[in-house]
Amino acid sequence: MTTTDKLLQMGIAVALFFGVMGVILVLTSRLRSRAGERLQTAAFLAPSLLLIAAGLLYPAIKTIYQSFYDAAGTTFVGLDNYQTIVTDGDQLQVLRNTAIWVVLTPLAATLVGLVYAVLVDRAKFEKFAKALIFLPMAISLVGASIIWKFVYDYRGTDENQIGVVNQILKSVGFDTYRFLLTEPWNTLFLIVIMIWVQAGFAMTILSASIKAIPEDVMEAARLDGASALKMFRYITVPSIRPSLIVVLTTISISTLKVFDIVRTSTGGNFGTSVLAYEFYVQSFRSFNQGLGAALAVLIFVLVTPIVIYNIRQMRRIEAR
Amino acid sequence: MTAIAPIVPEADPGRDAPRRTTSEAAHTGLTSRWASVAAIVIALLWTVPTFGLFVSSFRPETDVKTSGWWEFFASPDVTLDNYRAVISGSDTDLGTYLINSVVITIPSVLIPISLATLAAYAFAWMRFPGRNFLFVAVFALQIVPIQVTMIPLLSAYVQPPFNLMPLAGADAPGGGLYTIWLSHSIFALPLAIFLLHNFMREIPAELIESARVDGAGHVQIFRRIMLPLMMPAIAAFGIFQFLWVWNDLLVALVFGGGSLDISPLTVRLAELSGQRGQDWHLLSAGAFVSLAVPLIVFLSLQRYFVRGLLAGSVKG
Repeated sequence: MTTTDKLLQMGIAVALFFGVMGVILVLTSRLRSRAGERLQTAAFLAPSLLLIAAGLLYPAIKTIYQSFYDAAGTTFVGLDNYQTIVTDGDQLQVLRNTAIWVVLTPLAATLVGLVYAVLVDRAKFEKFAKALIFLPMAISLVGASIIWKFVYDYRGTDENQIGVVNQILKSVGFDTYRFLLTEPWNTLFLIVIMIWVQAGFAMTILSASIKAIPEDVMEAARLDGASALKMFRYITVPSIRPSLIVVLTTISISTLKVFDIVRTSTGGNFGTSVLAYEFYVQSFRSFNQGLGAALAVLIFVLVTPIVIYNIRQMRRIEAR
Repeated sequence: MTAIAPIVPEADPGRDAPRRTTSEAAHTGLTSRWASVAAIVIALLWTVPTFGLFVSSFRPETDVKTSGWWEFFASPDVTLDNYRAVISGSDTDLGTYLINSVVITIPSVLIPISLATLAAYAFAWMRFPGRNFLFVAVFALQIVPIQVTMIPLLSAYVQPPFNLMPLAGADAPGGGLYTIWLSHSIFALPLAIFLLHNFMREIPAELIESARVDGAGHVQIFRRIMLPLMMPAIAAFGIFQFLWVWNDLLVALVFGGGSLDISPLTVRLAELSGQRGQDWHLLSAGAFVSLAVPLIVFLSLQRYFVRGLLAGSVKG
């Protein structure tokens, strides 16, 4: 397709959907009777509900069903795919890696975000300081991975370094290190990328709730002679507890689905694969539909309780 | 002192100073000095990686490949060759992918907004049986990870039921772009409806009631009252969806069918990083071509972004 073609198609698609919206509005604008209003309601809801039913609900049920079938999706195999996930050596490593990701990323990102939010609170350059941590949120995980691959770049110890971390290692007298290739620690260095991306989110949410702590509470503690550390431990952290939990759970959900970082940094090699990446490989590279479906269902099962807990906490914050 | 009340209490020396002993003052000074150091260290860790790649993108190829970017400051040598090579060079050709990203993103943001405002209005202000159940159902479907939907969705695009037109393949309408537009729209709908519904419920019911009493129908209320008032909320969701779609890799990979003709920048960049992992002069410039647009959007609409974030618009 030429560029003009693409732009034209884009125009058509947008016009199509806004057209649908316009038609619904115009056709139902004259309806006033009871039955008419029912029709109007249906017209308002139908496009969204149809898409959700056909694009989310039906596929989710189909995938759960497929996870009990073999690679080609034709023979029923019961729980075999799930058994593979929990017994096969490669799959077990995937599970282990995923567990490390999901534990470390939320904790570290939240800690950094919280500490930074407290440190720059009411500082002179607060806005600017926050923007620095915030910016990684705007860029793609592919871009973030490239940025960090450059940081981790490896050259032999005798050569000129172009990666900043190995340059630091070299200048303090250590050998240079293959950060992305050396198992098992390479997973940790991939996790650093996710922490780097997510800390800004943690900081924004936590900073907003720190600012919502009533001033007289802080003032009273200060008059009682509480030190900065004590204030942090006994006033700040308990006051923002619900927000802390929302931040932790939200980051764990994103982390469970992390795919781009692993694919761009190592391609899942050197023992770095995680659930969401393995799903992609099994479904679209190895064409093992059954196992791919089972991995997707596993992500679903792991995410669900976290989401429910997350929503409850959000409700609690709103209720205040 | 002027009559203006101090907004920041601890900055008011008149109140605190006499009460504070010397050792206490020294202690606070020390912690705040350590606090500043810690803040600066974090800020550096969060900016130096990006800064290094940014500097590299303006250095000549041989410099990038043979010396660290920090040596740039010893011998500054600036060139735009990398950007030229990466945007219009025949082997990388990021210009085309930049256009693909735009073509993918704009409908993927506008379609869910148009559909979701209608549905959110119905959920917020129309009365119909099963309203609560349907709303909770839509809300609950946010849980579904996109991975779970991908294989069935893909086969439905290739072989749609009821002999509908296939959206993927050689003769697909829009060159196969509909699969990507639709997928992004579907994945966005539950969150969009939920968020816009919440914002719409905040509008005082009396306003809607009095408009109804004056004889306005739902369509008039929707167009004259709701849409104008909803603009900040729509902006908040729009910027989220924009960043999500622009930065997405998985959806484009799966539904783009591996055809580079309709792939966005992220897919091409990921490929470059795999195939030419040591060509840092190209990768650095390429990365910043893809980062420029979201950064500009983000910085200019940050206000709405934060508002959306605080309202709970986070997609996994």
